[in-house]
Amino acid sequence: MAVITGSPSTHRAGDLNITWTDVGPFLALAALLVAGFLINPDFLSATNLANVITRSAFIAIIAVGATFVISSGGLDLSVGSMAAFVTGITIMFMNAVAPHAGLWAIPAGMLVAILVGLLCGLANGLIVTIGRIEPFIATLGTMGIFRALITYLTDGGTIPIDRSLREAYRPVYFGTVGGIPIPILISVAVAAIASFVLYKMKYGRKCAAVGANEDVARYSGISIIKTRTIAYIVQGVCVAIAAICYVPRLGAATPTTGQLWELQVITAVVIGGTALRGGKGHVWGTVAGAVILELIANLMVLSDFVSEYLVAAVQGVIIIIAMLIQRFSNSK
Amino acid sequence: MSITANIAAERGRALPGGNAPAAAEPVLRAQGLSKQYGPVTVLSDVTLDILPGEIHAIIGENGAGKSTLMRLLSGYAEPTRGTLSMAGRPVTFAKPDQAQEAGIALVHQEILLAEALTVTDNLFLGRELSRRHVMDDRAMRGLAAEKLAQIGCPVSPTALVRDISLADRQLVQIARALLDDYKVVIFDEPTAVLTGAEVDRLLEIVLQLRAHGTAVLYISHRLDEVRQLADKVTVLRDGRMVGTYPGTALTQMDMARLMVGRELAALYPQKSTPSSEPMLSVKNATVPGYAEDVSFTLHKGEILGFAGMIGAGRTELFEGLVGLRPAHAEIELRGRPVRIHSQREAIDAGIGYLTEDRKSKGLLLDERLAPNLTLSALERFHPTLVLGRSREAAALAEAVRSYDIRLKTLGVKAGQLSGGNQQKLLLAKVLLTNPSVVIIDEPTRGIDIANKAQIYAFIHAIVGSGKACIVISSEMQELIGICNRILVMREGRLTGELQGAEMTESNVALLATSGPKPRPMAKGGTEWLS
Repeated sequence: MAVITGSPSTHRAGDLNITWTDVGPFLALAALLVAGFLINPDFLSATNLANVITRSAFIAIIAVGATFVISSGGLDLSVGSMAAFVTGITIMFMNAVAPHAGLWAIPAGMLVAILVGLLCGLANGLIVTIGRIEPFIATLGTMGIFRALITYLTDGGTIPIDRSLREAYRPVYFGTVGGIPIPILISVAVAAIASFVLYKMKYGRKCAAVGANEDVARYSGISIIKTRTIAYIVQGVCVAIAAICYVPRLGAATPTTGQLWELQVITAVVIGGTALRGGKGHVWGTVAGAVILELIANLMVLSDFVSEYLVAAVQGVIIIIAMLIQRFSNSK
Repeated sequence: MSITANIAAERGRALPGGNAPAAAEPVLRAQGLSKQYGPVTVLSDVTLDILPGEIHAIIGENGAGKSTLMRLLSGYAEPTRGTLSMAGRPVTFAKPDQAQEAGIALVHQEILLAEALTVTDNLFLGRELSRRHVMDDRAMRGLAAEKLAQIGCPVSPTALVRDISLADRQLVQIARALLDDYKVVIFDEPTAVLTGAEVDRLLEIVLQLRAHGTAVLYISHRLDEVRQLADKVTVLRDGRMVGTYPGTALTQMDMARLMVGRELAALYPQKSTPSSEPMLSVKNATVPGYAEDVSFTLHKGEILGFAGMIGAGRTELFEGLVGLRPAHAEIELRGRPVRIHSQREAIDAGIGYLTEDRKSKGLLLDERLAPNLTLSALERFHPTLVLGRSREAAALAEAVRSYDIRLKTLGVKAGQLSGGNQQKLLLAKVLLTNPSVVIIDEPTRGIDIANKAQIYAFIHAIVGSGKACIVISSEMQELIGICNRILVMREGRLTGELQGAEMTESNVALLATSGPKPRPMAKGGTEWLS
């Protein structure tokens, strides 16, 4: 009893729901904007910001899916290859049906993209859960498989999207609604739905429980196989949504599409405050993380301090710093 | 407190400040030891003399400051005030190695061994023997074999720690503390994971140490052991010293009263008579490798105990029955056959199971209380896909009230609760699924005596409300105190049933250790067949 009767004033933080992990990513984002403005006032121009955030949309959308997977205690290294694979299949499908279906090829292609992404995610999920293979190894395997398949399908070259579809599909990436680029709207919508699922629905509770402690979840009657597989399926669908936005930007599928995206995606999730070992996911933190990564790349291009060839190096440094901060704040 | 004075007066032999008849010079002396963490004082003004060749027990409720005291004495923390001296010379320990160097070894309560390494590797971890900078494996293995034999630990020095039993791991940990000629050996709850014969072996080791002239500091919740072993008993309460008493002067009840600081109500509630209506009947339950051919019937309103040694297969049997392990059994619940393949199906059928391992299998320690409380009952509790936060908050408030969960704010995390309050939360969590049969594995492990009494009262209330309860426990007194009937298991089989006046410690122990020798199990692996 002696433990509990201590002065209640010391632990008020328990009631206040805000921690450094929650606000950290947004503070970092704000600091980055200020720093960017000081370095180059053009940085804060609406055009530049809209450009940067639009470019970060793919990573943000995929990273929202990765927040599910990582929160449930998994990991998915295959997202970059999967994005390339889904893009390739989608373009090939659209090109194949365009002569018969005309512009209907575009929505049909989008549906195919979602379906392919869903199946890829399901495959990852089943290998990890039913196959009981470490997520790292399982998705390292499928990463190679997806990448090789798209290289094989494109015969090592590129598959451009059919000329007849190009103009009609363009607005999905380049268009705006109310002045806001469509990819930004899509990523905000994806994040909003995701945060509702993770924080307001039973599935989110299960997902966090499975990630925080698999044994406790099992002993509480929660199906780990179902919960984690669903997380991978969500990831696959998010990859597909990102791929749909991505097609008009390049206008083609290439074997190098999405290379190293897995690194950026995982970095965004970790910067966002979700622990890599699983547990509570931070969806909006993840989105902030994705924007931070793109802002830094942009800043390096706009300023002359550092060569833009070093962008990946800087992103690598950031993920390490983010992990150190998590470690530091955990051990108080 | 007047109780202290009363007992002291009764016995007339309290030893103020721990001043023993000065036969020998204390090997370790603590004077005015205090420890503060921020504004919180967890230990204040403790003065102890530890004499060579003496067993000195430290008792107190959870949170009384026992662990803190141990940490200060063995270099895991530094005192805020007060001094330590060894053989008259002042010492300070900034790190555990320094305390070890000075001759103080601590046997941890938790098993802290590297599972992927061998027994020998673990024994010498951090102080490997070497010749010309090359590790001397042969010498280490030889010394390891010698020490293991000395304490009667049957494992091979080259066995991997992950392959040996929990009890043997504890013995290996003890062997670690015997490798060098330490002047003081501190045992922190050494028997928490041991049962029956293993406890006896440990007590023997402690007595050996005493005979050898080593000073032993012994921390335990098991007052019977303290009563049996201790030359001196120091009682802590709320971070302060109540006093130091000669071991023979205190009965177990005296110790409990001094620890709690007030008169204890009866620990066990009055037993009630169960009805004859069967609630759960299990036929031919088999959990491959752990239990075979177990049949029993549990009646409405009954508390049925399962006794046995660690490794007798009790936990595994029930984990099998509730779908947490592969198992076969014919189960009837209220006369209707049910099939259970997963924990979910068990919960839905109305069988609740409280794991013995509440910290790593029962609760999400990093989560707040409400998500923990409703985790098993998500489907029932939130009928739509969306969570009902206000219903959840109301359920938590209700649970906190009816199970007397003590907390500072409703926003604390489960890991911040004391052991007893965690156990109450776990009980509330399982009962939220509205089970008709509640299986409780080790209901009071690591819980102080006041919380124990409450848990017993809750179990009594559960069966009083028309449910039935199975209690698995390694504490025989507990089973005898609360159960209507006790079934005893040995090596995966039932060896006997005890009820009424037959329920005695010696009968339980007899059935647990030397009942009719069971047949070897079909799929038990080599250890059963050899």
